[in-house]
Amino acid sequence: MASKELRKKANLIRQDIINMVAAAGSGHPAGALGMADIFAALYFKIAKINPKRPNWPDRDRIFLSNGHICPVLYATLARRGYFKTEELATLRRLGSRLQGHPHRTALPGVENTSGPLGQGLGQACGSALAARLNNKKYHVYCVMSDGEQDCGSTWEAAMFAGKNRLSNITAIMDRNNIQIDGYTEDVMPLEPLRQKYESFNWRVIEVDGHNLDEFIGAANRARKIEEKPVMIIAHTVPGKGVSFMEYDYRWHGKAPNGKEAKKALKGLNAIMDKLK
Amino acid sequence: MNPRLNPKLYTKKVELAAARSGVGQGLVEAGKRDKNIVVLCADLAESTKTHLFAEKFPERFIECGVAEQNMMSLAAGLAREGKIPFVASYAVFSPGRNWDQLRTNVCYNNVPVKIVGSHAGISVGADGATHQALEDIALCRVLPNLIVLIPCDALEAKKACLAAAKVKMPVYLRLTRPKTPIITTPRSPFKIGKAQILNPGKDATVCASGPLVYDSLMVAKKLKSESISVEVINNHTIKPLDKKTIISSVKKTGCLVTVEEHQIAGGAGSAVLEMLAENFPIPAERVGMPDAFGESGEPRELLEKYGLCCSGIERAIKKVLKRK
Repeated sequence: MASKELRKKANLIRQDIINMVAAAGSGHPAGALGMADIFAALYFKIAKINPKRPNWPDRDRIFLSNGHICPVLYATLARRGYFKTEELATLRRLGSRLQGHPHRTALPGVENTSGPLGQGLGQACGSALAARLNNKKYHVYCVMSDGEQDCGSTWEAAMFAGKNRLSNITAIMDRNNIQIDGYTEDVMPLEPLRQKYESFNWRVIEVDGHNLDEFIGAANRARKIEEKPVMIIAHTVPGKGVSFMEYDYRWHGKAPNGKEAKKALKGLNAIMDKLK
Repeated sequence: MNPRLNPKLYTKKVELAAARSGVGQGLVEAGKRDKNIVVLCADLAESTKTHLFAEKFPERFIECGVAEQNMMSLAAGLAREGKIPFVASYAVFSPGRNWDQLRTNVCYNNVPVKIVGSHAGISVGADGATHQALEDIALCRVLPNLIVLIPCDALEAKKACLAAAKVKMPVYLRLTRPKTPIITTPRSPFKIGKAQILNPGKDATVCASGPLVYDSLMVAKKLKSESISVEVINNHTIKPLDKKTIISSVKKTGCLVTVEEHQIAGGAGSAVLEMLAENFPIPAERVGMPDAFGESGEPRELLEKYGLCCSGIERAIKKVLKRK
């Protein structure tokens, strides 16, 4: 899929996110919007997956560690054909398969239960290690947030992956600089992230998370790197595509009201028109 | 002689062995039977006896370092790909430190990870309160999908380990550190969720979990000479609880003492009494840690000090008999 088509998919995913979170009245729009380009690239271009066979043993695994951005996961899975887009409107409702934080057995395509932060990379390492033990060739992706770099367990997993040279892992860090209480560097300074991961025996590639060609190039390179796990630090804009949400940490965990949602959709439609 | 019981049980020649050694052997046997068994350890291979598995199957032994949280997440990742992971550490660290990972990655996901919590209870001894897990049953029995097992001796620990390897659910296996009397025989039955009446009686029921089953049997023998008939149940499965065996026993005896090396709040005794309160309420006493942390000392000294011993169990039986 050409990058222009991917951008259109990402735009649709963003519109879905706004509709879902606004309808639910709660949820996490900023991080979800910021990762729409990367999710579109992962699910429509990079990963070897088959929506008709969600449990295909040789599929690439895509773990989501920071489960709160699940609106982007659900919208992407629906757009990719794992289930009908109509079901997106049930987000966070009683009886819905679209839980407030994703649950592995609830919905096809969801590889891991997540929500409590700092636990995705460890599970991804377990899956990658199993691939080695089972002589499987699948690749393991782990989408993470920058906020969960505060968690000690993240670094336990980073150390384990480095020690065991889990080159079948590509982690993707959403470096959007925000977390619930403010900007990451105010809450708990994380930099220098590149040097931290390099010192844990990882290869690090930094990209603009909204430049699809750059990200796809990095992901393709990452698959070919042997002997080391790869961390792609994707610099993103939280709230990307919705002017009044961009860069504002207050939209981390707040739903837009009806008027705000309308304004957001108008802006996204204008962007879509330019892509046509 | 009850065929379930070690013929030397009531003699001074009763053999001693550590439950963790039973699990160490069980893991090697499970590993031979099923190549999907993998063992993860957090820098405690020899203490947890998982070094036996590591020597036999080095490619299936995963050293995680002092990183129990990651060990649990790794195990969840391995289990979802078809592996049967056993994670071993001291119970204070696993399921103590990594309870969040146990809850979300293992139990909510319902993947068949087996948690071996060694060095549970006050009989850890000299290492002191920091290393004496007295809260782990409470932590585990509130988690949906998790089976909770407390073997009474090394032979039963081995059987519990093999049973855990087979069942397609998460399991917590609680073990103590010291060598304790062998109560059962290699041929004694073990079935998850099926408690065993090791000594039939009619005046009082003692429902014990772990090596204190031995002390309970010794008390039952002593009280027989005082014409008090005590039924002793080996309650090795805390979840799912064997309601049928326990209810029919207390219907017969009319009173109950629970015995465990755990805080009296939230442990095996609580589990039994919650169930009986709804089904067949009777006078009951609980032998366990009285809402306190432990301390350093010899295991036997500590058990005596806190009443987790024959005299404590006897006191509780006589007290509950008066309440009938």
